[in-house]
Amino acid sequence: MNTVPETGIDVAPPPRRRPRVRLRLINATVSRGGALLLGALPFAAVAIAYLLASAQRLAVNPSDKLLPSPAQMWSAFFDLATVPDKRSGDLILWADTFASLIRLFAGVGVATLAALCLGVAIGFIPRVRAFLLPFVTVVCVIPPLALLPILFIALGLGETAKITLIAVGVAPVMVRDIANRVMELPPELVAKAQTLGGNSWTMVLRLVLPQIMPRLITCVRLALGPAWLFLIAAEAIASTEGLGYRIFLVRRYLSMDVILPYVAWITLLAVITDWLLVRLSHFISPWAHPVQNR
Amino acid sequence: MSRIVVHGLEKSYGDARVLERVNVTAEAGEFLSLVGASGCGKSTFLRILLGQEQQSGGVVVVGDRPIVPEPTPQRGIVFQRYSVFPHLTAMQNLLLVEDFRSGGPFGRVFGARRKSARQQAETMLERVGLAHARDLYPASLSGGMQQRLAIAQTLLGRPQILLLDEPFGALDPGIRVEMHELLTELWTEHGMTVVMVTHDIGEAFKLGTRVLVFDKVRHDPQFPSAYGATITYDLKLDRKNRASAQDVAKVAAMVGTTRLDSAIATTAS
Repeated sequence: MNTVPETGIDVAPPPRRRPRVRLRLINATVSRGGALLLGALPFAAVAIAYLLASAQRLAVNPSDKLLPSPAQMWSAFFDLATVPDKRSGDLILWADTFASLIRLFAGVGVATLAALCLGVAIGFIPRVRAFLLPFVTVVCVIPPLALLPILFIALGLGETAKITLIAVGVAPVMVRDIANRVMELPPELVAKAQTLGGNSWTMVLRLVLPQIMPRLITCVRLALGPAWLFLIAAEAIASTEGLGYRIFLVRRYLSMDVILPYVAWITLLAVITDWLLVRLSHFISPWAHPVQNR
Repeated sequence: MSRIVVHGLEKSYGDARVLERVNVTAEAGEFLSLVGASGCGKSTFLRILLGQEQQSGGVVVVGDRPIVPEPTPQRGIVFQRYSVFPHLTAMQNLLLVEDFRSGGPFGRVFGARRKSARQQAETMLERVGLAHARDLYPASLSGGMQQRLAIAQTLLGRPQILLLDEPFGALDPGIRVEMHELLTELWTEHGMTVVMVTHDIGEAFKLGTRVLVFDKVRHDPQFPSAYGATITYDLKLDRKNRASAQDVAKVAAMVGTTRLDSAIATTAS
């Protein structure tokens, strides 16, 4: 009945093009080039919308300040980067960038160190957890910007207050995150380390720290967003240099040709920092980033 | 190489009693297989022996002293999952043993001791057939290789008692047979006392010198968790005189396994 004919089977020639199958949206993958193109679209859309709007406004009023042309922005930005300031003799862009990054990294650095020490202690040692976790949990919900006046009053208007604001702003969340992460370590690993003779301290060094390092770096990446917010807020209120200070300073003169490039510059710095942190994570914890699809 | 004495062991979580009236004495060098239905408390029993959990009543004596209520190098463990440290390569996993044992405040040995540790680790890697995987992270090892690494690591710690918590449960049958051979060889070489929890009756009979069945003897239909499991069957096996098919069938019936045929087949082979 169901015999297979041995010869003379009509085998359909393979189709010349891959047949188009309608896949579910979640299964339709994007090629590399396609992904690049799709990813570039929103950027292009914003750029084009801006250029059109800017050209339109400038056509009506050539001295319009709200939507400057790319050439105007570039020349303003270029001047800030290369022409020394008449009053101080500084190259304003670099002085601002330097001042801001020092504050940012000092604040985030202090927060990271706190997250590492407190987070590991809270996560790993039940007594420390009982002692500090309720406190950290409460501190976490204080809005940091509400503390800003207190910091300025207590610490003065100098660098300390700004760095403290950033540190106080991002540290509690980081501490909690790291503590959670440590508590989530598989109990099997902790038990095994003990059967191999690890004590609390050597287990921190050889088990906990390496295990949470990728998470710590992710934590820093996520904290950098709020850190920039607190930095710019602090600089806007009391400062004499810095990226945030400059933006709020020139706002008085409606200098969109400075503000917009500055925002772009801050974005660029943030993107580069983020990328560097990802590379760092790959370098420190290669085990956490298995190579895929090679 | 220590005897284990468990007397009147009890374990409850709140109202729910998991284990009760567990009495067993294991001589040094015995290989105990623990079997029983899922959730009967055999893994809990193992974790109490390990020190990861504490009994609610009764005594556990290892050697000549009650066990310390935390894991110590006296008792080694191989888990089914998370059996090795994922952030270390195979080689580093083995070096970690010496680092933990005598590494001081840095948790790391240096110089001549590191060299000798490296040599030991190298020998052990070859012994378990992982020399080629020395620099790979566990994520890129197969399940069988990870378990071999875990056993090697545990043995480097020279435990008196080796605890195995379903160590081969996630492995393919072919790999499992290989692992059985390796484990039997290592057990013969090192002569430590082994306590293994398994779901596989065939494995229990094949490897163990003694099979212990955990089950509930008392039932309260109104409150199922009122009574815990205990050891209901204790079968000593002779290494030469393997278990008869009847024994296997009896235990399988107690545990309520559906894999009876495969159990008998494994034992017969």
